[in-house]
Amino acid sequence: MRIELQKRARVSTLFSVLSPLLALALTLLFGAIMFWLLGKNPVSALYSFFIEPLLEVWSLHELAIKAAPLILIAVGLSVCYRSNNWNIGAEGQFTIGAITGSILPVLYPAWHSPMILPLMLILGMLGGALYAGIPALLKTRFNTNEILTSLMLVYIAQLYLDWLVRGPWRDPQGNNFPITKTFQIEAVVPEILSSSGRAHWAFIFAIVAAVALWFMMRFMLKGFEVSVLGQSERAGRFAGFSARRMVWFSMLLSGALAGLAGISEVSGSIGHLQPIISPGYGFTAIIVAFLGRLNPLGIIASGLVLALTYLGGEAAQLSIGISDKVSRVFQGLLLFFVLSCDTLIHYRIRLIFSGMKTGEVKG
Amino acid sequence: MTLSEGPAAVPLLSVRGLTKLFGSFAACNAIDLDIAPGEIRALLGENGAGKSTLVKMLFGVLQPSAGEMLWEGSPVTIGSPGEARRLGIGMVFQHFSLFEALTVAENIALSLDPKISLARISDEAASLSKAYGLPLDPKAHVADLSVGERQRIEIVRALLQNPKLIILDEPTSVLTPQEADRLFETLFKLKAEGRSVLYISHRLEEVRRICDRATVLRHGKVTGACDPKHETPASLARMMVGSDVAEVHRDAGTALGDIRIEVRNLSVPARTPFAVSLKNIAMNVRAGEVLAIAGVAGNGQGELFDVLSGEYPVAEDEAIRIRGKAVGRTGINGRRLLGAGFVPEERHGHAAVSAMALSDNLLLARSQSDRKAFLSGGAFSVIRFDAIRSATRRICEAMDVRKSGEDPQAGSLSGGNLQKFIVGRELDRQPSVLVVNQPTWGVDAGAASRIRQALIDLAKSGSAVVVISQDLDEIFEVATNIAVISEGRLSEPHPAGTLTLERIGLLMGGVHESHSVPEAAHAH
Repeated sequence: MRIELQKRARVSTLFSVLSPLLALALTLLFGAIMFWLLGKNPVSALYSFFIEPLLEVWSLHELAIKAAPLILIAVGLSVCYRSNNWNIGAEGQFTIGAITGSILPVLYPAWHSPMILPLMLILGMLGGALYAGIPALLKTRFNTNEILTSLMLVYIAQLYLDWLVRGPWRDPQGNNFPITKTFQIEAVVPEILSSSGRAHWAFIFAIVAAVALWFMMRFMLKGFEVSVLGQSERAGRFAGFSARRMVWFSMLLSGALAGLAGISEVSGSIGHLQPIISPGYGFTAIIVAFLGRLNPLGIIASGLVLALTYLGGEAAQLSIGISDKVSRVFQGLLLFFVLSCDTLIHYRIRLIFSGMKTGEVKG
Repeated sequence: MTLSEGPAAVPLLSVRGLTKLFGSFAACNAIDLDIAPGEIRALLGENGAGKSTLVKMLFGVLQPSAGEMLWEGSPVTIGSPGEARRLGIGMVFQHFSLFEALTVAENIALSLDPKISLARISDEAASLSKAYGLPLDPKAHVADLSVGERQRIEIVRALLQNPKLIILDEPTSVLTPQEADRLFETLFKLKAEGRSVLYISHRLEEVRRICDRATVLRHGKVTGACDPKHETPASLARMMVGSDVAEVHRDAGTALGDIRIEVRNLSVPARTPFAVSLKNIAMNVRAGEVLAIAGVAGNGQGELFDVLSGEYPVAEDEAIRIRGKAVGRTGINGRRLLGAGFVPEERHGHAAVSAMALSDNLLLARSQSDRKAFLSGGAFSVIRFDAIRSATRRICEAMDVRKSGEDPQAGSLSGGNLQKFIVGRELDRQPSVLVVNQPTWGVDAGAASRIRQALIDLAKSGSAVVVISQDLDEIFEVATNIAVISEGRLSEPHPAGTLTLERIGLLMGGVHESHSVPEAAHAH
């Protein structure tokens, strides 16, 4: 027996719209089964995982903090994916952006100027963009697969950060902890409403980036170019668009946004560099991008949903007493169901029972 | 017409009244064909004559709409390529289905019973390739092999099934002359063993050289059977092209204006193993002229279009001039800004993005040439949707594009209507130069005549038009001058009135320019 995917003659518009919601529902269902198998009450577990974090103002601030990097990275990735360039290494660009953005506060801790923060953000974007430029260069020059190169560069970036904070950038007064000096106050991304919680300007950056890229994709020739080249390189060439330049554009753009997310996170949420600065934002953002249907406005919503799984994981640890790795499980379930719902919208499954004919070549 | 009868025995394969309908269109119409054991049979015909359809039915890829097939005298239905192979029919396709990363033996193993060990396959392949003069290293990776060697894999793969009939689809179109000679030796060996070969080609010289009998197809019907050794290339060409081409009607004595397209010493190496290199192309197209470029598919038409349009600019800036300006290194939009318009052959994924709306597809071709009308906001280049929608409406009205809804996806239109839109998209700009590749390929008759009329009218209004086409009827209908492209070489243009079908057929069949036709036929 074998399983075949057959393309459907018609794609249901209704289910294309419903597919993210369907995926969410299935994720919750399987989450409930998982809690039940772990010996917890599924209803109360789901409640403390997904509802409780939304009931208090400080916790909504935490949600914004977690959603900001996800949205920032995912909107960049959405442009990349729409143009048929597969940047999987946003986590690495996030890390490098955090490092280059931290150069000023780490090396010049005594510099107190309002200029420092904008410069840090720009350096962070530059760092992320340049790091994404490596797979772009390899792809345009040597036709290398950017999925592999960008992914492998993630581990290089993480190990480089590890080496920096344990070696040259370690705070001499830090009791040998592998962290840098705490950033001076001018180098910290300010909070939006400091009276009620910690959420900082990164969330505003994320919303601005999402709206700007939505405008670009919807109304500007550049967005048109992205979708044409993503759907047919040959038609793009006929239109006079260059696929090579699009590799550069989309990789540098997504890299810059990931770098901005990185420095904003380090400066706004952590306050110094340390070996681990991200709970996998760069990878989770891939799920965010697809759950948001690669539409920047949809990504704002899906970014908030995925941020909730992080918060829920923390809550689960406290109130239900299970590992916060459960948030990874939820993210995995969600990606699995999003992709399989999309697949089933385009294909039907057929089981073929007869023994496979040998020597068959499709003509 | 002389017909040298094959051996009197029962034919190996006999086909009676074989018909294949696509909708109401008969790609093959009541075809009769007998293939005797141990003969090399040629199947000749232009593109679209129905050769591929016929062969696909013989190999079980397509099912006939009517007619019967007899294998060694008993009726058979061939439901799949697997069944064809079990009967003893092997096929070597024009484009190979090989995995480049695998070795020769591994590729062969893929088409065989999975139980047979790789070592045994290697041994058998090696001994077969030796026996038939097809040198091949079973351990070599396909990626490292030449096109000719890759074809040998396909042939060995077919031979491993011990077939009685081997079908070769345009086998020499990808080979060098030396490789082709080697292939012919193999074919003679197969014939000596009593196997039959069905040899599909449009190359008249080689058909004369190796084939015992030839069957000629035109418009889905058998139009002739002959012994090619008793024919000249000219008489074969006449059978292939036919002498019943539609009446030519053109305005006499249209005054031609200045040179709009000038091509000099244009040579371009092939981009891929399946592409054709362009060799020393030269042409002038004047205002008011339609230059039609005839030729059998795969002789460099696509490549010529790519460099004329600027999708693939060439190194030598002076090689191409549009309205006097050297544009060899200029991209497609730069050439459009000089007043040129382009219509590629492939509608889906080249001339249009199927999943995008018609108005988006209008922008596709005209975002730079109509920048002022379609874009606003300066450097932001914000699309003026109202402007592109109203222009889309205008084009659809002018070309009578039938569509469902106001601005449907390009993919939802029929081939003819989408082609009318794609041509209309360029005509709407009043281009002073238009280059069209296969303007009516796969288009219904009504749309085709509308498009041809539009091309003639455009030239009459003072533009220079280049029409690359495989359809001789179309060429004679629209052309002022005709040139023929063959193996990447372009012949001298001839006034349409002075060129006979015979001559065009010869040029298309790869017999290169010479002063007198009969001599050329014998000189080769």
